[in-house]
Amino acid sequence: MSKPLKYVALLAYLVFLGFPLLWLLSTSFKTQREMATLHPRWIPHHPTLSNFTDAFSTQDLTGSALRSLVVALSVAVITVVLALPAAYALARHRSLLNRVAIGWVLVSQVFPVMLIIIPLFMILRRLDLVNTLPGLILVHVTFTLPFALWMLQGYVRGVPRELEEAAAVDGAGRLRTLVRVIAPLLTPGVIATLLFAFISSWNEFFFALVILKDPDKATLPLTLVKFTGAEQAARLGPLAAASVLATIPSLIFFAVIQRRLRSGLTAGAVKG
Amino acid sequence: MRRRLRSVAAVAAAAVIGLAAGCSGGGSSDSGKPVKLKFLSLAWQKDSLAANKRLVAEWNKENPKIQVQYVQGSWDNVNDQLVTSFEGGDPPDVIHDDSSALAGFASQGYLTDLTKLLPAGLKSDIPQAAWGTATFAGQGGGDQGIYGVPFLQESQVILANKKLLDDAGVKVPTVDAPWTWDQFQQISKKLTSGKRFGVAWALKSPVNRVLNLSLNYGGTFFQTSGGKTTVKVGPQEREVLQRIHDQLYKDKSADPSALGMGTADPLPGFYAGKYAMLPASIYMRQQVIEQAPKNFEWVTIPPLKGQTTQQGEIAQTLSVAADSKHPKEAVKFISWFLNGQHQVELAKGDWLIPTSQTAAKDPSLNTSKDGWDIATASAKSLILAPYLKVDGYDEFKTKVATPALQSYFANKISIDQLAQKLTGDGDKVLARYQH
Repeated sequence: MSKPLKYVALLAYLVFLGFPLLWLLSTSFKTQREMATLHPRWIPHHPTLSNFTDAFSTQDLTGSALRSLVVALSVAVITVVLALPAAYALARHRSLLNRVAIGWVLVSQVFPVMLIIIPLFMILRRLDLVNTLPGLILVHVTFTLPFALWMLQGYVRGVPRELEEAAAVDGAGRLRTLVRVIAPLLTPGVIATLLFAFISSWNEFFFALVILKDPDKATLPLTLVKFTGAEQAARLGPLAAASVLATIPSLIFFAVIQRRLRSGLTAGAVKG
Repeated sequence: MRRRLRSVAAVAAAAVIGLAAGCSGGGSSDSGKPVKLKFLSLAWQKDSLAANKRLVAEWNKENPKIQVQYVQGSWDNVNDQLVTSFEGGDPPDVIHDDSSALAGFASQGYLTDLTKLLPAGLKSDIPQAAWGTATFAGQGGGDQGIYGVPFLQESQVILANKKLLDDAGVKVPTVDAPWTWDQFQQISKKLTSGKRFGVAWALKSPVNRVLNLSLNYGGTFFQTSGGKTTVKVGPQEREVLQRIHDQLYKDKSADPSALGMGTADPLPGFYAGKYAMLPASIYMRQQVIEQAPKNFEWVTIPPLKGQTTQQGEIAQTLSVAADSKHPKEAVKFISWFLNGQHQVELAKGDWLIPTSQTAAKDPSLNTSKDGWDIATASAKSLILAPYLKVDGYDEFKTKVATPALQSYFANKISIDQLAQKLTGDGDKVLARYQH
């Protein structure tokens, strides 16, 4: 493929990826009348902030965004803390049991949510964790952990064994080797896993719907759905405004760590 | 069996606790603390949300011993949320839903039978036809009971571009002398010109709408004989189906590209004059008022007449969970929340018709402004939708009727093939639900 053609293909792909976000942004600044025109425009004719004021006045967007942030950050950190040593063990100590464990991790991803939600709800109820953010964090960690584990063990395998052997020759114990030698080399993989866990939790809707009962516990996805009604009807303006605001934390998080993530993904893809 | 036992135990426990609460003097629990009720509401429009929250706040101020917590849910996923809550034994006390969901919940023992708990005033204020939408067999196909209080109902009307009607010399009909389907089809043809269509049928979800309208010709689509319910597609059931199909492909007065649209999707084309008329639910008036260009004139056309103007009715309801520890207090709240005066406020918030006969007389619901007089008068056309009482209707609708009707309206199958699919495949589905 020639270079100009590559750029055209890349541009088309960028437009394809960016279209929903740009459309959301455009809609969030439109009046109701402008949204209902037969030939919609990209740039609002009469830009308005009323959708944002409406969204904030009718729903607790700030509170739910803060709660989502607490949940998503907690899930990201706990997932990585739990998955990292397990991934190291799975990658370095290859046995039949480990292969079965990895297989089970992958198989666990195919169970439909509806199948497990009721038993899960009853367990949480017994633990007195229904309607609590720790309960939701526990469930999110449970569901992100298997894939995070699978991701990280690929990164661990990419780190040459010789480095560990060299560290052992120099007198480092296993824990010290893990913390001082392996962990820094896994930074890209850890970042990628953090991002995966954060975004999975930030966007998660169904478990939050079932577990969180009180309005003052609702996370952002639960608040966004309150702008929709029956039969595909929705209050489009406030919904678009709230969705734009909901996208910002993810974008910031991604922008801050995207360089490290890129190298992390490459490392995993080549050596995993 | 275990669930049955547990549910029976839960109902019994709830009754005992409710009785105890009742004996303790109207509201507070044994410990003297106020009773706390959770109210899952599905109001989502700005005005409706405000009305619901205001009423709950007023109740809480006036009833310190029975405090209600307002919880906003969503129509899209309420039934998934409720099933989990019911099974987990932690459902909201007061549940907002629609009557089509109640049959399944009642037969599973998830809801309280309100028959003996409802006050006489509320019972007499709501017509029997509306109560019928919330009356179902109880757990395991047991006795009939009332499992929800119906309070908001919707009818199908036609929204029309007034200027296009005037230009074509078409007079707006009255409730007493509505258009017949024949007249509607003729007028649709008259209003079709160049790139403009007389009508846009948005039939992304066609089943309930077509079944409700088919009652204009007495089309019920279901028959019960010897305790067995089967699907029927006779001449009465074919009328509305055929007429819509004719508008699409014979008269060419309906835009085929609107078929895949959701209910609100044709509105931009309606405002731009691409469609002269839009068959729609009465709540669509609100969107027209909020979105239409300032100089856009529109009118509400009363329900069409076949042999009658009858349409199937589904009502929004308030129910009490069987696992609620305070069913009496919950019913007390519902009775207050749905009194005539409050139903006016709720109906205006959602742009729907109240079931309360007191509310229906309110002047604000009978003004010609925004088509309220026609919307309120259309309530007399509403009768119990026959499919509400059919076990297995949801599966029939999703797996059989929706794809079959979509194929028919897309002109991919004939009406005979449609009838074969509905009866053949439909009967197989329903047979699995027969007791």
